[in-house]
Amino acid sequence: MDRHRNKATVLSILCMGLGQLYNRQFIKGLLFLIFEVFGVTYLINNLPRALWGIVTLGDTPRMLVKGKWVDGDHSIFILISSLITLLFLVVFIIVYVMNVRDARKVGHERELGKRANNFRQSIRYVLDYKFAVAFLSIPAIGILFFTIMPIIFMVLLAFTNYSAPKHIPPAMLVDWVGFGTFRNLLALKTWSHTFYGVLTWTIIWAILSTITTYFGGMLVALLINQKGIRFKGVWRTILILPYAIPQIISLLVMRNLFNGQFGPVNQYLQYFGLGGLPWLTDEFWARVTVILVNMWVGIPVSMILIMGVLTTIPRDMYEAAEVDGASGFQKFKIVTLPMILFTTAPTLIMQFAGNINNFNMIFLLTGGDPVKGDYQYAGATDLLVTWLYKLTLTQNKYNMASAVGIIIFLIIASFSIYNYRRTASFKEEDMIQ
Amino acid sequence: MSGLKMRNFLRLTASYIVLVILAIGAIYPALWIILGSVRPGKSLYSKTLLPESYTLKHYSELFTSQSVLFGQWYMNTLKVAIFSMLLGVLLTLLTSYAVSRFRFRGRKTALSTVLVLGMFPGFMSMIAIFLLLKELNLLDTHIALIIVYASGAPLGGTLIAKGFFDTIPRSLDEAARIDGATNFAVFTKIILPLSKPILTYMALTQFVGPWVDFIFAKLVLRTKEKWTLAVGMWDMVNANQNSNFTLFAAGAVLIAVPITILFMFLQRLLVDGLTSGASKG
Repeated sequence: MDRHRNKATVLSILCMGLGQLYNRQFIKGLLFLIFEVFGVTYLINNLPRALWGIVTLGDTPRMLVKGKWVDGDHSIFILISSLITLLFLVVFIIVYVMNVRDARKVGHERELGKRANNFRQSIRYVLDYKFAVAFLSIPAIGILFFTIMPIIFMVLLAFTNYSAPKHIPPAMLVDWVGFGTFRNLLALKTWSHTFYGVLTWTIIWAILSTITTYFGGMLVALLINQKGIRFKGVWRTILILPYAIPQIISLLVMRNLFNGQFGPVNQYLQYFGLGGLPWLTDEFWARVTVILVNMWVGIPVSMILIMGVLTTIPRDMYEAAEVDGASGFQKFKIVTLPMILFTTAPTLIMQFAGNINNFNMIFLLTGGDPVKGDYQYAGATDLLVTWLYKLTLTQNKYNMASAVGIIIFLIIASFSIYNYRRTASFKEEDMIQ
Repeated sequence: MSGLKMRNFLRLTASYIVLVILAIGAIYPALWIILGSVRPGKSLYSKTLLPESYTLKHYSELFTSQSVLFGQWYMNTLKVAIFSMLLGVLLTLLTSYAVSRFRFRGRKTALSTVLVLGMFPGFMSMIAIFLLLKELNLLDTHIALIIVYASGAPLGGTLIAKGFFDTIPRSLDEAARIDGATNFAVFTKIILPLSKPILTYMALTQFVGPWVDFIFAKLVLRTKEKWTLAVGMWDMVNANQNSNFTLFAAGAVLIAVPITILFMFLQRLLVDGLTSGASKG
């Protein structure tokens, strides 16, 4: 009785599409067959080299042949193309498994006396029942090649010695070094001093910037929302302005505003008889400036958010508090604050995580400066992310940059997963249906 | 009773004073840059906030200068922004509709993956994308930017758009299905017409992205003629901080004003987008 099923399975294991042809699904079978032919040709041509590449990262350095330099293997290109081939192999295997499962399923249906779908019916079936998967495959390919592949690549780089000056292709080869890079970063004095310094500042920055903008925004929102304040809409529109101006512009402008020599901030200070401050050139003041400017940019966001929450707090909670004789401050402490905190807690965590990664703020405003002498390619206001950028683009320390990147990613990812898992939208979303 | 009134009056006066100070703080940089852009000369330094005389020379200089190809950059940015917006919104719609309406194996994993990948610092993968684009011969082209911006769009927008689609009652599409509508018909005839707010939100964020992103654009675009505004403006500040400040100011005004107006105009919508994440907590 189970002849069809097993025959179809064996045939489609032998070669993609044969099982479908056996099931008399000719167009589908042909499509699988064509895919198999192209896939196998591609893999035969590329897979051996890809395996060789990912193991050795190339073995011919640049050589002098008859007085001329001839390029050898370019380790990084080899790594990338190996990775692409291997990803294709994964896709190929997935399609292969789909093909076998499909043949087996259709074979099983034939045993039960059903006629196999013709091509038109198959398409109809996919559109009706496998719609989501079919729909998602287009964005998924984009994400696979422009997000996931680069991430795998970056993770791999952390385990190589791809860095200036000794291991930069095409002149030199790159090798696998295992955990050597991480060991250097965490234990080698020159690197670890910078790493722990930058890490500490990153965390201080993330805490301070999140708290200042959050409570700043809360104060402004409460101020506007007070009973008896007129033109609430106008105040709100004016105070939203910093959020509406594109950051690239406002931060570059701020950089000029706080310019120690010509900037208006110091001009005003001098006008009032105070000495100018070294806003962007002194270690401490640069950090203060960065936090101040971040407040200017970030408070509007919190303000909007908290204003939104304020409108959702039920009136009767205040009335109940008033009956019990609560003062204005007590009402705020007992009703307003807990409600705001409760509703915005997930956003707060995300803002914290976002601030750890706030590249624009630091890069456009100070560029990480002022430079610190005992740091490896980092300045006083550099966050881990901007340090990573410098390591990559100006210093070519790719392996170190990748290691730093992995650490940032672990920090951020743990925050956001924790946050997402505990939000109700994830736990209870099926209730909405 | 009058004591209470007095206290109320004091409270309000103090609040107004604080509000005025905050408002000045919020407006000042914008005002300063606008006034700087119409001030004669090139210098950042000025004795007074209000210039003694006004000129529009810097604006015309932006479009005539040999070293600042502002008009060209504007067109480049516009092109990249429009195309990556169209493509990005389409991709985001597809993903968010699929994860909102269908239950399939690995759905929760997919959602978590989108969230985590969205957290990944974008330029960490820059070297890899750079090499990939080099392999594909796409360096120094705008298509490269469009592809990368658009393919990154689902990571940023899916969760918000999904939250929105979740609020559209399922009974609507079920009714249509009973009437024989296909998934595609449900999507185009029911979901899309109801999604105008989220569509506008996505279009806006996708459009503004290329205007403000410069890290990636700077990496990919090698020749000055191909630059986008962000790269050009950053270069102006970095190359000559004080020597050509007024020209920079004029450029900044031209970039910031349209986007700012757009933002103010669509304020309500953005507020909804921002708060939709929070209100479910």
